Amino acid sequence: MKKVLFYTNQFFGQIGGESEAYFKPQIYEGARGAANSFVPQLREIAEISATIVCGDNFYAENMETCQTFVKEQIRSIKPDLIIAGPAFNAGRFGIACGDVCKTAKSLGVEAITGLYEENPAVEMFRKECYILKVGKSAAGIRKAVPLMGGFAKKLLTGQRIGFPDEEQYYPRGQRVNYFSSSLGSERAVEMLIAKIKGLPFETELPISSYQRVEPAKPIKDLSKAKIAFCTSGGIVPVGNPDHLVSAAAKFWKAYPVGEASRLVSGEWECVHAGYDPVYINEDPNRVVPYDALYRMQQEAKVGSIHPFLVTTTGNSTSVLDATRMGNEIAEYLSAAAVDGVILTST
Amino acid sequence: MELELRNIRINDVILGKQNRLFEGVLTLDAEALRAHLMEDDRIASIRIDVAKPGESCRIVPVKDVIEPRVKEEGEIFPGSFGSDVPEVGSGITYVLKGCAVVTTGPIVGFQEGVIDMSGPGAQYSMFSNLINIVLHIEKRSDLDPHEHEKTVRLAGLKAASWIAAIGRDYADYEAETISWPSLEERASQYPGLPKVVYVCNCMAQGLLHDTYYYGRDAKLISPVTISPNEYADGAVVSGNCVSPGSKTTTYHHLNNAVIRSLLARDGKELNFIGIVLVPLMVTLKEKYRNIMITTRLVCDELNADASLISQEGFGNPTTDLMRICHNLEKRNVKTVIITNEDAGIDGMSEPLPDMLPEANAIVSTGNSNATILLPPMERVLGHLSDVKSVTGGSVESIKEDGSLLMEIHGIMGSHNLQGNTYLTAKTL
Repeated sequence: MKKVLFYTNQFFGQIGGESEAYFKPQIYEGARGAANSFVPQLREIAEISATIVCGDNFYAENMETCQTFVKEQIRSIKPDLIIAGPAFNAGRFGIACGDVCKTAKSLGVEAITGLYEENPAVEMFRKECYILKVGKSAAGIRKAVPLMGGFAKKLLTGQRIGFPDEEQYYPRGQRVNYFSSSLGSERAVEMLIAKIKGLPFETELPISSYQRVEPAKPIKDLSKAKIAFCTSGGIVPVGNPDHLVSAAAKFWKAYPVGEASRLVSGEWECVHAGYDPVYINEDPNRVVPYDALYRMQQEAKVGSIHPFLVTTTGNSTSVLDATRMGNEIAEYLSAAAVDGVILTST
Repeated sequence: MELELRNIRINDVILGKQNRLFEGVLTLDAEALRAHLMEDDRIASIRIDVAKPGESCRIVPVKDVIEPRVKEEGEIFPGSFGSDVPEVGSGITYVLKGCAVVTTGPIVGFQEGVIDMSGPGAQYSMFSNLINIVLHIEKRSDLDPHEHEKTVRLAGLKAASWIAAIGRDYADYEAETISWPSLEERASQYPGLPKVVYVCNCMAQGLLHDTYYYGRDAKLISPVTISPNEYADGAVVSGNCVSPGSKTTTYHHLNNAVIRSLLARDGKELNFIGIVLVPLMVTLKEKYRNIMITTRLVCDELNADASLISQEGFGNPTTDLMRICHNLEKRNVKTVIITNEDAGIDGMSEPLPDMLPEANAIVSTGNSNATILLPPMERVLGHLSDVKSVTGGSVESIKEDGSLLMEIHGIMGSHNLQGNTYLTAKTL
């Protein structure tokens, strides 16, 4: 028999109502309160070894204490799965359930909970654990038990977990490839016919929202400013010493430019796979106009030039990697007391 | 315009001493083919191999894949050779199904990919199911990269038409007719059905990022209407565009999946009214120009009710894709997009670098950043070491035993953006 550790709050753990919201975490042997409704579901596969009950306010205001308590119980009981909630649309209870699951996962123990879609804990914890879609209030318990119980059984018996819409869990945000039974072009025509007829259809790629970056304030006096170049054009010293890739780069580099008045052809090369590199290899100043900036510095129009070229390959780079590299580069440039940066793309 | 395709099923290909097609077995006079291609004095040497489905064989770096086709009268791949640009799209075209010409040889740039004839990689490439006639082409040493690319591209086309000519008098074929009447007739033939336009985006961005339209560099064209018949006769040829997984090879153009899917529904659920070929260019002004002209052609000239856009490439071309979709939806043209995604190795990133709210109907051909381990193959045609430079590969990709750990980006046609793949992705 597998072992399940159950988590619930003061209300569903039959301690009391709002007046018991500061009830300190307690462990009870076997199933208690809401946990009892899961017992028939799990029969022959798992038993509910114990139930943790904790008041919602206590958990919300003493998270570290509660996490320690949960960890201690997990270490002594060694459960195969944690079931928390379901917490429906209850905010504090939802956060406690999500946090219990996150804590369990940090110890390598699988954990699930059930929440209503508007519960703020969904957004907070959807990447941490499986959160099943349940009703708004406790009246939804009748549907929630078979859904969560069935899902728990799958996890406990090592069955394949289906897609979010099949299993009714909130997507964790991870894009995963698979082979469809029909060609992309066929699916596109099907989708188009549905869209024309006003029938329901489901896009295969939901619209993303992007982080907006507020531009920095203008430089007041360029003649005193230190300017740097940063390119996503994949320009590297010839020989590509750090093996910068031609696409999907995960790192950036700062290479010394030295005292030169321009990027010298033959000393630099382009490794970027997303554009025609021939003209850049002929004259790297075409993608990083170092020669022009050098002239402006000689004419005292620009204070100084940061003597390193910051470079990476911007080609099929995921938005997430690009965001991380952008943050790293911004920190590097601030540390080098750079006032302004010219970003060149391709 | 009416075109008869005579599809001949090829079951085996043998390199021999004379050309022959008998009971589906194609025998090639390899020496004669070699001599024919060597007429181009930019080529220093050619080696010809055959790679069959199921074999422990890896072809890398692949530049283009071409289906052997030839016209009974006239010229396939019009405008690619000679000084004349003959008309195509009518008459009879012979097609050798089940086989392809694959060009390989020293790497030109970064856009050349892998075809595995067996193993897990074979599931990702439609070309793994074909009998591939592999041309390993070495260029003359003084050629620059642009001339190198052109030489290899033309050699592949030349070989495809030379090989297909062996099928000219072969009686055992399956006939398929594509008829494409005048716009006036098309517009009136199915009055109750929604008029659908196919917008075919193609790369036009320089070395290994180009497309050729009647032999003309697509950087020099504006968006233009084109028929399924012209596609079938090779009016659109790949300049070995974009990364291997998302490139539209000449084989893809000849067998354009969107055109085939739309023709299958034509007159039933929709009225396939037209195709617009759109070059995806580098600068913003060119993008704005082509987006504007495309909108005009789809909405004002073809008077579409709906459109389907296929994509090529990613990054800056995503902007063209989104803007065209935005414009068409604003003009009440219901639009569906086919594109791949770059969601990162772990799939946790935003899948596209640019998106507009009108793009609410997208077919995904998969996350190109997902990695795959390709086991070593007994035979390698080409140069395995070039994997370090190709899209999806790196220095760390090549393992000591010859296996490859790379992004599926590097596999030819893995996430073809004309939807000629079963691969897709979902959010977990």
